[in-house]
Amino acid sequence: MLISGIAALVFDNLLNSIIAAGFVSLMASALFYFLKAPDVAMTEAAIGAGLTTAIFVITLRKTEGSEKE
Amino acid sequence: MKFRNILALILIFILGFIILQAFNISPEEGQLVINKFGEAEIENRTAQLYINKSVNSNNEKVVFAESNNLESGSANIVTSVIANYRSLDTLGEVTVLFLAATGLAAVLYTNKKKKRNFIVDEASLILKTGVKILFPLLILAGAYIFIHGHLTPGGGFQGGAVIATAFLLKFLADREYKLAEHKLKIVEVLAGVSFVGLGLYALFTEGSFLANFLQTGTVGTLFSAGIIPLIYLSIGLKVGAELTSIISNLIEV
Repeated sequence: MLISGIAALVFDNLLNSIIAAGFVSLMASALFYFLKAPDVAMTEAAIGAGLTTAIFVITLRKTEGSEKE
Repeated sequence: MKFRNILALILIFILGFIILQAFNISPEEGQLVINKFGEAEIENRTAQLYINKSVNSNNEKVVFAESNNLESGSANIVTSVIANYRSLDTLGEVTVLFLAATGLAAVLYTNKKKKRNFIVDEASLILKTGVKILFPLLILAGAYIFIHGHLTPGGGFQGGAVIATAFLLKFLADREYKLAEHKLKIVEVLAGVSFVGLGLYALFTEGSFLANFLQTGTVGTLFSAGIIPLIYLSIGLKVGAELTSIISNLIEV
């Protein structure tokens, strides 16, 4: 989780960053589940790992953006 | 430029000072008494009252599948707080999501005929077939999550998000797939109106907004928890419609 969090910051390619951020959300969701908070885990898995990643990827495809201007 | 920076720093310090004042509770002035660590009477704390579901009555333990007609018959403690004791906060959350979806639609609004310009090639056969199987199952899972919100973990927000994920997969698999946006709006508006309507009905009959005006039944059965399943039904439909409209707006710009 920590490694992918740092990777999300370091990667130059924004698509890789988005995938790494989604992985952080997925790990956070597993962590919530093991900490006996299944409600929060479900929210994190559906919204954090699923929808947010998809919305970021769609926006990236539309803007064709990268780190450099 | 320098002067503005210094001014901003001073403003932040003033704001921080005001916020810190909020923590300055002295027991003499108000009714609040803060006990030392380890000496608090847990039996009379608000959290314990919520867990026993007896804020207004005597403080007795809840027994699964035996206790009946409690204040809030939900077996899931989180649900009984979110959709019963703190329903007004939930109404605020739903309103924030509604405003966000409306704002996004307003920003992305164009007069041009909508066409998708970023997807070039067809979806693969695996994705198409997988989505055909997964789509109804995901809708069913979402509906299950918010209908059983008072029994198992989950609730309106989670169920709505799962339903929106199902529609996202549908958009990815079928490049020509289009949603009738006005139907989404109708679902969303009806769900929101029914949420507020339940609250207003409770205000007139019970005397407080969003109070539980139905019989709450036995803890752990499907028809328990009074109006909580109705509230979660409206929240689930509303959140699902809002998130789906966000996705379809983003894809169809």
